[in-house]
Amino acid sequence: MRKELKFTVNGQPYELYVKPKTLLVDVLRNELGLTGTKKGCESSSCGVCTIILNGMAVKSCSILALQAEGAEITTVEGLAKGDQLHPLQKAFLDYGAYQCGFCTPGMLASAKAFLDENPKPTEEEIKEAIDGNVCRCTGYNSIIRAMTAVVNGDYKEAK
Amino acid sequence: MSDKYAVIGKSQIKVDGPAKVTGSAKYTFDMILPNMLYGKILRSPHPHAKILKMDTSRAEKMIGVKAVLTGKDTLGRKNGVWRRFPELCDEEILCREKVRYIGDPVAAIAAVDEETAEAALDLIDVEYEPLPAVFDPLEGMKEGAPQLHEHAERNINVTRRIEWGDVSEAFEKCDVILEDQFHTSSQAHLCMETHGAVADFGFDGKLTVWTSTQSNYYIQVLLSTMLGLREGDVRVVKPPSGGGFGSKFELDSAQFCAALLSQKLRRPVKIILTREEEFTATKRKTPMSYYVKVGAKKDGTFLAKEVRVVTEGGAYTAMGATALTLTGFYSCMPYKWPNYRYDGYRVYTNTAPTSALRGFGAPQAYFAGESMIDVLAAEIKMDPLEIRRKNAITPNYEVPGQAYIQSCGLKECYEAIEKHIQKRGKLPPNRGIGIGNYAFMSGGIFNWFNTPYAFSAATVKINIDGKVDLFTGACDTGQGSDTTLAMICAEELGVHLDDIRVHAEDTDLGPADLGSWGSRETLMNGNAVKMAAADAKRQLLEFAYAKMKPNVVYDLDIKDHKIYMVDRPERSISYFDIVQDTIRAKEGQTVIGRGHYTPHRKGMVSPAWGFGVQAVEVEVDPETGKVKLIEIVTAHDCGQVINPVGVIGQVEGATMLAAGGAFCEEQPMDNGKILNPSIGDYKVLRSLDMPKTVGIEVDTYEPEGPFGAKEAGEGLTSPTGGAMANAVYNAVGVRIKDQPITPEKVLNALKEKEKGRKKK
Repeated sequence: MRKELKFTVNGQPYELYVKPKTLLVDVLRNELGLTGTKKGCESSSCGVCTIILNGMAVKSCSILALQAEGAEITTVEGLAKGDQLHPLQKAFLDYGAYQCGFCTPGMLASAKAFLDENPKPTEEEIKEAIDGNVCRCTGYNSIIRAMTAVVNGDYKEAK
Repeated sequence: MSDKYAVIGKSQIKVDGPAKVTGSAKYTFDMILPNMLYGKILRSPHPHAKILKMDTSRAEKMIGVKAVLTGKDTLGRKNGVWRRFPELCDEEILCREKVRYIGDPVAAIAAVDEETAEAALDLIDVEYEPLPAVFDPLEGMKEGAPQLHEHAERNINVTRRIEWGDVSEAFEKCDVILEDQFHTSSQAHLCMETHGAVADFGFDGKLTVWTSTQSNYYIQVLLSTMLGLREGDVRVVKPPSGGGFGSKFELDSAQFCAALLSQKLRRPVKIILTREEEFTATKRKTPMSYYVKVGAKKDGTFLAKEVRVVTEGGAYTAMGATALTLTGFYSCMPYKWPNYRYDGYRVYTNTAPTSALRGFGAPQAYFAGESMIDVLAAEIKMDPLEIRRKNAITPNYEVPGQAYIQSCGLKECYEAIEKHIQKRGKLPPNRGIGIGNYAFMSGGIFNWFNTPYAFSAATVKINIDGKVDLFTGACDTGQGSDTTLAMICAEELGVHLDDIRVHAEDTDLGPADLGSWGSRETLMNGNAVKMAAADAKRQLLEFAYAKMKPNVVYDLDIKDHKIYMVDRPERSISYFDIVQDTIRAKEGQTVIGRGHYTPHRKGMVSPAWGFGVQAVEVEVDPETGKVKLIEIVTAHDCGQVINPVGVIGQVEGATMLAAGGAFCEEQPMDNGKILNPSIGDYKVLRSLDMPKTVGIEVDTYEPEGPFGAKEAGEGLTSPTGGAMANAVYNAVGVRIKDQPITPEKVLNALKEKEKGRKKK
């Protein structure tokens, strides 16, 4: 039996009917076509499915879609404004803070939710913020440099 | 040095970057085709068993199931990358009579969705007769051990001897001889995108496979062999790939089963391995029992080294046979050993097959080797850095009968690391710095795959608007080869990076090419690309000569869209004009340049070598045995740097993977069953575990490489294990010879040390 789900994703309101056991990540990917958000572990431990839900970084494989009723969600597809990249995206490009790119959407979600909450963090706090996101390619330090550059105001947000 | 070049040597945003940071890159994992089915694979629960009976009828009747295939539905061929040796092609993929490890595939299902396919797995009835199994390679080598394959008595899969000089005689001349036994552990590649494929077999008899691979060409050849097709009827396309690290250049069960199901059903079939399958049923790093004996004069001159290695092969040959060979070679590096002997044995066991993992046998060799050098240095009371420097390879050195080394920046690396250590000064208690150094290949020379094609090839096409299409078979799995090759192409042609469109990773478009493994891309693909670009440039310059009419003593080149006289750069004409003239003069044909590269007369292993020295600083908690990484400083020689931001990424990424293998990652087993097949249980380094990392590039020029460049990235996994073991010793005085260096091992060693002290 499908149930009604109303939420807003990347500023777009949706009204859907989903099976009660469907995970949020599967609704985002399969129903809305937002395949930027990945799946990597089936055990809520790798972080590639991280999205921003009501301002918090959340692993979208670890909650049911119906639990997102009424929520405001941002996925990686919602970071850029038109053709203007978000400061974090620009910094990730300049600092080479991605390689294979599979963890990048989740990493950006964790980074954005964290910096929105704490715009002037210490390096240790930055490390803690992305500790739930596994990256097998970069060794994390380039990601920390990119986030630090954003914290330092090196990248301006598009109006 | 960078001013010499317009494009290379300056950090460039990678060509795949914008798609990756916006979530618009479409991975195999994201692909959906119309009318597509989803596949799942049934795997053996036994480490070793005969298949007595298989009944698929219940599964076939399930609503939504479209096909259930077993080994009987295959041609019965065996897969393998060592194609020069038929008996080493030993993996059926869908087993017909016998299973050899927990995870060996026995059946594949295609259904309307993943849930149905998954549920139908339970309805396949397989009757097994369990057989005695062997898990330890040393046990497997014994007479009377359970035998996995008919062709391999005592389970010996491959042996390898490398030898020069007279080792026995040389040991007699040594002032000091030390020997010891080491053990290296298994490690999972842990690609964030698991292995997967979408296969579409059309009614025209042609198969297209989209897959996360490191070599489209390998998959094309292996799939066509296994399915009885001509190579040209199999097209392999690699979408953006979520990592490889050595795990994705052999034909895997997802690719084979998806293709087989699609061949039968003539519908697209997608199979994505689960994370648990990724841990238990794909290849993994080769564990090694490693005996080493070294002999030297009391002034520190190395005289002789002997190494005997037994590797845990797992159930099949895979690329593990290559790792066995490479470990044998790396074990002599990066020193001038006048006498050397290596005996390697790869032994089949009833465990998941072992193969290549970033470093390809090098991290194992250097863990044991670099640990021993420190022990030796202490024995003759010599500084560990000094003894290395004294014996290190220098430029233009021949490793007897094996390899020719041209560029070698080890000397500069030692100087940089020496400065770093001096700067650190005296460390607080329980802190230590250890060093390790390495040499690593820039692409392998061996051709056990038996390709008749050049090792690398490229095509460059210049269009009327000056845009350049670059076709290559290199596979970018995140390391940045698309960008590196585009930069080499742009530099050679004298155009800008955004003039280049890279068309890689599609067997229908690109020339056959061995793909991305063994640190091939920068040097081997780079040489092919540079040659293709030079070929296209020569065609443009022919017309430019006619137009500019220079004195014959002047030659022309292209830079920044200008064709100019090299000695009188103020005389130039537009690249765009000459492109138009050339195409018109060629009766409207685009300008096409071709390039290829296969190493010749460059020894047995690699045409060029990357080098480096690393200092690892750790802090050991003597109460818990926990090792904390403080800082890892690496001085390395990758020749001319092509993309600096890419090289930094390689240094840091390699360090993270190597440090993980050195101190926390392992795959404990119980009777062949991997006990930690999830990311939660498998300890991988996270951001809080990462120490500060510093990369120092030393400036060399490699004559064999494009613009003097060579490998950066894979070799950097080599020094960390040994350097870390040395650091732990320098911190608390215990030597761990068994990777990974877990708190438990450190604590036990500290207790033993304490006991020994009390006895005295």
